[in-house]
Amino acid sequence: MSSVALVTGASRGIGRAIALRLAAEGFAVGVNYASSSEKADAVVAEIVASGGNAFAVQADVADADAVTAMFASVVDALGPVEVLVNNAGITDDGLLLRMSAEQWDSVVNTNLRSVFLCTKAALRSMLRARTGRVINISSVSGISGNPGQGNYAASKAGIVGFTKSIAKEVGSRGITVNAIAPGFIQTDMTEALGGEVIEAASEHIALGRLGLPEEVASAVSYLASEGASYITGQTIVVDGGLAL
Amino acid sequence: MERAEIESKLNELLVEELGLDADKITPDARFEEDLEVDSLGVVELLMALEDNFGVQIPDEEAETIGTVSQAVDLVVAKLNG
Repeated sequence: MSSVALVTGASRGIGRAIALRLAAEGFAVGVNYASSSEKADAVVAEIVASGGNAFAVQADVADADAVTAMFASVVDALGPVEVLVNNAGITDDGLLLRMSAEQWDSVVNTNLRSVFLCTKAALRSMLRARTGRVINISSVSGISGNPGQGNYAASKAGIVGFTKSIAKEVGSRGITVNAIAPGFIQTDMTEALGGEVIEAASEHIALGRLGLPEEVASAVSYLASEGASYITGQTIVVDGGLAL
Repeated sequence: MERAEIESKLNELLVEELGLDADKITPDARFEEDLEVDSLGVVELLMALEDNFGVQIPDEEAETIGTVSQAVDLVVAKLNG
């Protein structure tokens, strides 16, 4: 039976690329989505068409009960989760003086509370198995900061501290916890920024271009692989040299 | 469930879930000092008790568990309470 990976926010963008990549490597993949059921079904169909195994599962990952139900249905359909990729994330940008508490809460809850809830749920079976991989998708925004993204950057920096702490908590049980901090990647999220912002940002990227979701997925694939067995608590920056 | 039954089930969990040495498990064995269970191991023990006996153990009650027999006592009290 193949190993099971669960990717949150996997219906599009980076999450979609991660789900496809892990499936191509033989993982049975839980494809979590919040609202884009058609897109999640398309990801599953693409995986199945290539001979893989995948399962779409709806859940608001910031909601504790929904996360519990999501894990129960993934375990039922595919088996215990061995690789958890906490990818689900949203932006709701605004300069701090104009940012509402609701904007803060929704971004921090979706991006950070979800990581707490999903990791906690996944660790139960990982502890029992004495093995497991947790891979959290942070952001360069959480490392360098970004004006207009006080909420987003705080949630993504929070992921880095969480990653290090939990890596220390569960390392003795053979479980690794790492983060990946993508820079500007071609997704709906960056497209929303508009051509001018993207052009200006590209000037600060050493490689002179935006990254592809697949280039983030390959770092996830590495952290999920046997080759990364001695790496934990780390944040790998995948940004083409933006944060240098 | 009889106390003896709970005790034997617990011993089984300690070996299977926590990977403890069956020979070292006695009623008076202390989890931290004698069985070398670390803080995460104590949490694993609590989860195993909750999952296998269908009981809920709040943190303040968890602190009363020092030895194997105290763990049995707590489960017995929970199941009869």
